[in-house]
Amino acid sequence: MIHQFKRGDWHFVLDVNSGAVHSVDAIAYALLEYWSEPKEALIARFKATYTESDLLEAIGEIETLISEGQLFTENTYVSSDKFLHRAPVIKALCLHVAHDCNIRCEYCFAAQGNFEGERLLMPLEVGKRALDFVVSRSGNRRQLEVDLFGGEPLMNWDVCKALVDYGKELEAQHNKVIRFTLTTNGTLLDDEKIEYINEHFHNVVLSIDGRKTVNDQMRPTINGKGTYDVIVPKFQKLVDSRGKKSYYVRGTFTRYNMDFDQDVIHMADLGFKETSVEPVVGDPNDPYTIREEDLPQIFEAYDRLSREMVSRLGTEKAFRFFHFTVDFNQGPCLIKRVSGCGAGSEYLAITPEGDIYPCHQFVGNEAFKIGNILEGTFNGDLTTDFHEAHVENKTACQNCWAKYYCSGGCHANAHNFNQNLFEPYAIGCEMEKKRIENAIYLQAERIVKGNA
Amino acid sequence: MKHIQTLTAGNLKEDLSKIGCGECQTSCQSACKTSCTVANQECER
Repeated sequence: MIHQFKRGDWHFVLDVNSGAVHSVDAIAYALLEYWSEPKEALIARFKATYTESDLLEAIGEIETLISEGQLFTENTYVSSDKFLHRAPVIKALCLHVAHDCNIRCEYCFAAQGNFEGERLLMPLEVGKRALDFVVSRSGNRRQLEVDLFGGEPLMNWDVCKALVDYGKELEAQHNKVIRFTLTTNGTLLDDEKIEYINEHFHNVVLSIDGRKTVNDQMRPTINGKGTYDVIVPKFQKLVDSRGKKSYYVRGTFTRYNMDFDQDVIHMADLGFKETSVEPVVGDPNDPYTIREEDLPQIFEAYDRLSREMVSRLGTEKAFRFFHFTVDFNQGPCLIKRVSGCGAGSEYLAITPEGDIYPCHQFVGNEAFKIGNILEGTFNGDLTTDFHEAHVENKTACQNCWAKYYCSGGCHANAHNFNQNLFEPYAIGCEMEKKRIENAIYLQAERIVKGNA
Repeated sequence: MKHIQTLTAGNLKEDLSKIGCGECQTSCQSACKTSCTVANQECER
């Protein structure tokens, strides 16, 4: 399977099963569109446009790449035991240290912080048991990840710090590396927290939706005031003193701001070099949820964003966008590309009560409660579907060129829209494909400009 | 080649026994939290 697309002067060809990406001229591009035809028919089809010698030369190059496993590569590995019998190892946790929040985001999947339950802060003992749990189930995996999440985790700051300390004890005892991440709305940041976060957290995700009007419409305080003016100086201070450690400023876009490219650019102009915005995950009936008819506008926004990023390459104003990043050289292996986010399989969420869910998006949905770490319960059957819901097991993904880039999409989206983990959210698929094409375009421009 | 420039050679069909160590970052932990992309994750090997 191959995928062809054009951007600007570029003609791209992706070989899906090998992962090769080629830039071709118009002749090769045209030939590949009709490659299933006999060679004589191909030459007859295009001889009015191109010379026969050029056509034969391009055909020869295509045949060489096919013989080298770089075009029309067959998929011969899906039946491998390595896919079918992956060991159930848990290596990452989303730890809900606070089921409470001090702001009221309109689109909050966590029901304004409490996930349809009581407003609770995670007791330290529950957090410790959660860390014990992931270490005990991590098998031979050395690098573990724990995201301190909410609600707003800074509402339970002392427990956050105590868990980092406890994590260090566990690292030493069990020869593990625990990478802590914090996801915060930023309102409670102060100098002490910024210093601690920059010293101890491997990654920090700073939530902001972009322009002041956009952010304040969807991310108000409990009293209905905007948060932009409070959080921007704090985020800038944190990032300025973070050195080379990982961070993202991360927003959500909805059908209220389908020119979200302007929000990303705004964040970049505030000095943030690592950006991300995500399409909202909503109920199909929510007024802000993306609809199919919105896709042309959204595609234009992604295209505008990539063009802006290309124009900034090599300048001080250059920045990165999470979903336009693709690693051509040292990207993830095939097994990673098949298994995806790992929710409900190698990645779980744990609530302040110790309840275990497949990921943060499912918290509060009793049908997806896997167990409880305090009670020592764990329903492995419930995780089987998640373990098996990889890209090779989804019918809609079988003939999709993007399957090894997105790995089958978000389980929560699939459940919300189709009540079926094995049926991807189609609108999300279209957006993802657009992002991948732009990622490839951007990376090609980086190579040309020598700053890959 | 005159008509085709390979920007990245395909390496997904490598020996299965050498891949899948699982030490790489869980994609949802990095930034997205809602939409899945894995091709931007770095291999830790």
